[in-house]
Order: sequence, then C-alpha cells, then structure tokens
Amino acid sequence: MKREQRQTDTWLERPSTIRGLWIGFTIVLTLTVAAQAFIHIKGYFGVDGWFGFAAVFGFGACAAMVIVAKLLGFVLKRREQYYQNRPEDDDGRTGSEQ
Amino acid sequence: MIAVVPPILPLLLGAVLIAMTSGKVRAAIALLAPLVSLWAIWQMPDGVVWSATFMGLHIEPLEGSAVRRLFATIFVLMTFGGALFGLRQARALELAAGFAYAAGAVGVAFAGDLITFFVFWEIMALFSALVVWCGGTDASRAAGLRYILMHLLGGIVLMVGIGALVTQSGSADLVVLRADSFATCMILVGVLVNAAAPPFSAWLPDAYPEGSATGSVFLSAYTTKTAVLALILLFPGEKLLIAVGLYMIFYGIIYALMENDIRRILAYSIVNQVGFMVCAVGIGTATALNGATAHAFAHIIYKGLLFMSAGAVIYRTGFHKCTDLGGLYRTMPLTAICGIIGALAISSFPLTSGFTTKSLISEAAKHEGLVWVYFMLAAASAGVFLHAGIKFPWYVFFQKDSGLRPKDAPWNMGAAMVLFAAACIFLGVYPQPLYNLLPYPVDYTAYTTPNVLFYLQLLLFSGLAFFLLLPMMKRTLTITLDTDWLWRVAGTKLAGVASGISGSVASAATAGVSVLRKVISARVLPLLKPGGAFAQSPSIGVTALWMLMLLAIYVAMEFWRR
Repeated sequence: MKREQRQTDTWLERPSTIRGLWIGFTIVLTLTVAAQAFIHIKGYFGVDGWFGFAAVFGFGACAAMVIVAKLLGFVLKRREQYYQNRPEDDDGRTGSEQ
Repeated sequence: MIAVVPPILPLLLGAVLIAMTSGKVRAAIALLAPLVSLWAIWQMPDGVVWSATFMGLHIEPLEGSAVRRLFATIFVLMTFGGALFGLRQARALELAAGFAYAAGAVGVAFAGDLITFFVFWEIMALFSALVVWCGGTDASRAAGLRYILMHLLGGIVLMVGIGALVTQSGSADLVVLRADSFATCMILVGVLVNAAAPPFSAWLPDAYPEGSATGSVFLSAYTTKTAVLALILLFPGEKLLIAVGLYMIFYGIIYALMENDIRRILAYSIVNQVGFMVCAVGIGTATALNGATAHAFAHIIYKGLLFMSAGAVIYRTGFHKCTDLGGLYRTMPLTAICGIIGALAISSFPLTSGFTTKSLISEAAKHEGLVWVYFMLAAASAGVFLHAGIKFPWYVFFQKDSGLRPKDAPWNMGAAMVLFAAACIFLGVYPQPLYNLLPYPVDYTAYTTPNVLFYLQLLLFSGLAFFLLLPMMKRTLTITLDTDWLWRVAGTKLAGVASGISGSVASAATAGVSVLRKVISARVLPLLKPGGAFAQSPSIGVTALWMLMLLAIYVAMEFWRR
C-alpha cells in the first residue's frame, strides 16, 4: 500500500488538543482518588482498603512489568530474520530501535 | 436412537457444502449453519443423550449440561461471527476448515466419554492446522507444520493417559479426576498443551499470527477454550493449576510488551487471558468455575473482535507490525472504535463484558482467602490494560502518522465487528442473562460503587504508567526467543550432532569390516585353499592325538560339572 507523503495535522494531533487531553486526564485521575474520601473501599486484606491503594498498586505494577520486559528484552530479543537462514555463529543480537 | 439433532451435524454439513458451493449460496450456508447448530445446542437436555458400545467400552458421544451448552453456544456464535467477517474475503477451503474446526470444538463440548473426547480433540488439531496453512505464505506453511507437530505430540500424551486410565478402571467415562497417577497426569499434560500452558505456550504466538486476516479470527476461539472446558470437567480444584495460570498471565503480559507484530501481541494476550481461566479452575469453587466459564464466554467475543480489528487492518494495508502502522483512526474510524471497545473489554473496564466476568475470578480468590493470588490477579488486570488495552489500539490507530490512508473495513467485516462490539457492551451493562446460564447460581453484583472505584483507580493509573513510560516501550524490529527455540534451534542442532555421531559410528564400522575382510582373505582363506592347512590329509597318528585331546577335555568338563 502506498504511503501519503503529506502529513496532515488533524484535530487530535494539535499540541493544544494534546495539552487539553493531558489536563482532562489529570483531573479524572485526581477525581478517582479523591472520590475515595467519600466512598469507602472495604479492604479484604487490610492494605487494599488504604487511601489510593489501587492507584499506587496499578501504577507500580505496570512500571515493574515494563521494566522487567525491557530488561528481558536485552536477553531474549533477536532480529526478525533470526529463524530464517540462520548463519552459523550468529546469535542474532542486533535490533535497531525506531 | 438419538432423540435430538447432534449439534455438530449442521457445522460438519456446512463445512462440506461450503467447500462445494460458491457465491451467494455459500454465503447463505455459512451464515445459516451456525444458527441451526445453535438451535440444536439448546435442544440438548442435561445428561447423556446417546450412548453406545465401542470395542467393549461404554461410550457416551452426546452428553449435555449447563457448562457444556454454554461453551458450545459461544463456539457457534463465534463461528457465525467469523463466517460473517470472512464471508467475501476468506477462501472456500479456509472457511470450510474453520467450520470443521468449530465442529470439533462443539464435539468436545458434548463428549461424555474420553474416547469421543479424544477423537474430536484430534479433529480440531487437524483442521486448525489447515486454517493456519490457508495463510498461504512460506511462514504460515512452516508455522502450521510446527503447530500440528506440537498438537499431535500433545494428542499422543493425552492418548497414553486415556489408554492407561481405561486399562486401570475399565471405564472410559469422562468424570472428575485427580492428577495423582501416571494416567491422570498424562491426561492433564495433554490438555494443558492445548491450553498453551508452560512450557508449551510458544506454539500459540508462533502459529496464530500466521493465519490469513480472516483465519486468525477462527484460530483465536476454539483450541484454548476447549482446553479450559476440559479442565473444568476433568480437573476442577487441582491446586497446581493456580500456579500454572498465574505463570501464563504474566508470561502473556511480558511477552506482549516486547512484541512488534500486532497479531502476535493479541496471541500472547490469549495466553494471558486463558491464564485467568486456568487459575480459576485451580481455585475450583462454584464462584471460580462460574468465573472461568463466564470469562471464557466474554473472552471469545472480545478476542474475536480484536482479531477482526487487526484482520481488517491487515486486509486493507497489508502491514502487520506496529512499526509500519499508526494513525489509522483517520480513515478507518469504525475499525478503530470496534478495536477500542474490544481493548476496553479485555481490560475489564467497567461497562464492558470483561468487568462483569473477570471480577468473578477475583471474587473467588478473595472468598478463599488467597491473598497472593488476589493481589497478583489485580496486578495482572493492570497489566492487561497496559499490553492489550492501550498498546494495541495506540500503536495501530494512533501513535504517529504512518502515511497510510486505507479504506475502512468492507461491510461484512464491519457488520461482524459491530455485532461483537455490541455484545461486549451488552454483557458489560446487563450481565444477568449470562449469569443465569452459568453452571452454578450466581450471588454476585459487579457494580457496587467501591468495586467500580477500585478498578477505575487501578486501570486509569495503569494508563498513566503507559504514557509516562512510552519512551521505554519503543518498538524494535525484533522477535523474542521463547521455548520454541528448543525445537527450532536446539532440536535442529541436536539432530545435527546426533547424525554426526551416527555418521562416525557408521564409518568406524565400515572401516572395521574392511579390516576384518582383509584379515580373513589374507590369513583364513589360504588355510582352506588347496595346499592350505585344512586341505591337507594329516597322518593317522596326528588325528588320533587330536581325538584323544578332545576326549580328555570332554571328560574333564563332565567331571567339573558334577
């Protein structure tokens, strides 16, 4: 399929829109944590009832998984042609980021 | 005499007719056959409907129950969706193979004995491999071959287990087992191969992304979910499955995070989602088994939807890597919206089917006081949003302007996606009809304000983590090593070494034979030739001496024997 060379700037990609989206997202995030002041989350195992627990836990779990994936990537990632016509003594440890 | 129409019959007949017809007739058959099968499924009463004797064993090829009907129902709904999606784009052979594959899955769902179960299990392996091969590329031919070898191997392990069990117990009945003997352990391993459990999980992300744009939609649904049903029927409450399921959950997330191919991301996320179900079967309580069943039902719909969305993109653009795609929301808005709904559903966002079904599993872990399991499931829910919920739509439809301006999906693909997206939302907003069909009574409401708030915090902050850590997730033009390395590289090398050893053994043997031949011709043969020692006539005295010596030896042997 041919690629369009002219990059069109749609509404969604304008810096002002993206800034607005970040502001909106931040407000929603703040609200979901603040709401816990009024809505009691009953913790089943103690810690999960703490204020903002799910927010910190969700963020922390994701950060940990991204870091683990990044580190494992150094060991396990190979270039795409690794399994095709593998020359001897080539461990395929390349892979350009883009 | 059978009182009901076997539900696999319309699908098998459909497969044959689809292969023989074309155009509107084929389209009509492809859409009607799953609906007739659906009707037949709901004709099935509880209990054994048809029993017979096979090789001296009592077999029950048709047995109904709530959980069996529910799995069969979602299998044929998926067949309908897949047929609509590929109505005009899929090759006749592919569509026919997809129907036969679905028939195998429905056959397994209603199998009341292990022999019928095994036969349909193998039918699934055969026709799913055919669907992979219909991808039509060199890569799909090779991947299909690896796929079927893996499944035939799993089938052999399963057959050994079934054979041993039938020999021990004298019965082929499909009943709840404990993995405490050789026979039952073999059956468990054979089933787990199809569930893509470790260390065999690599077959799934290896093969499924190599199907055609329409074939992968069929592939996403049946094999792993029939394995989940088999686990529910055979090994509920087997504690080992909790650990296996948790491993699958995190394996799926981590590998999906490293992946660049859009359908392979979705394939890893199948392993992840099946992990939730396997874990639930391991917990084994009524709520957990309800959770596994409901989650399988919802999962087939949203995973089918995600594969449809990816398939429509690949069908229109020909590209399948995150690095080649991006910005497609401009010209493919319908595909983008449906893809996003599927992505939200898999992330169990409130108001989608994932929320109302997956939370049953967390609820079960909570009830049993499994603290670690509960927190790992919560972390995994965040991780699902990360690797599938945001990553898939972000890299395909947003990210950057790839310059691609494809048309939106063809009408039939669009219709299939809209249908499945509507089902995701319907089951999310109004789960009661699904709850009513579950094997055990449901005493659970997903929509309590604290529960919704907990999940909103969890998921939205996962979203924050995604966008803040985006620089760490740059896509690379790479593949990731997995256990399939063992049979694709190590196995080949081992075979090379083995053939080297056997080669040197063979050449050493040849050399030895030729030396022996030389010795014989130089030393032994002359003795037999005219003038040789054996050809001469010795004197009577020498002969008598030899006979005397032989007799003496014989007498001595007789003496020592006593």
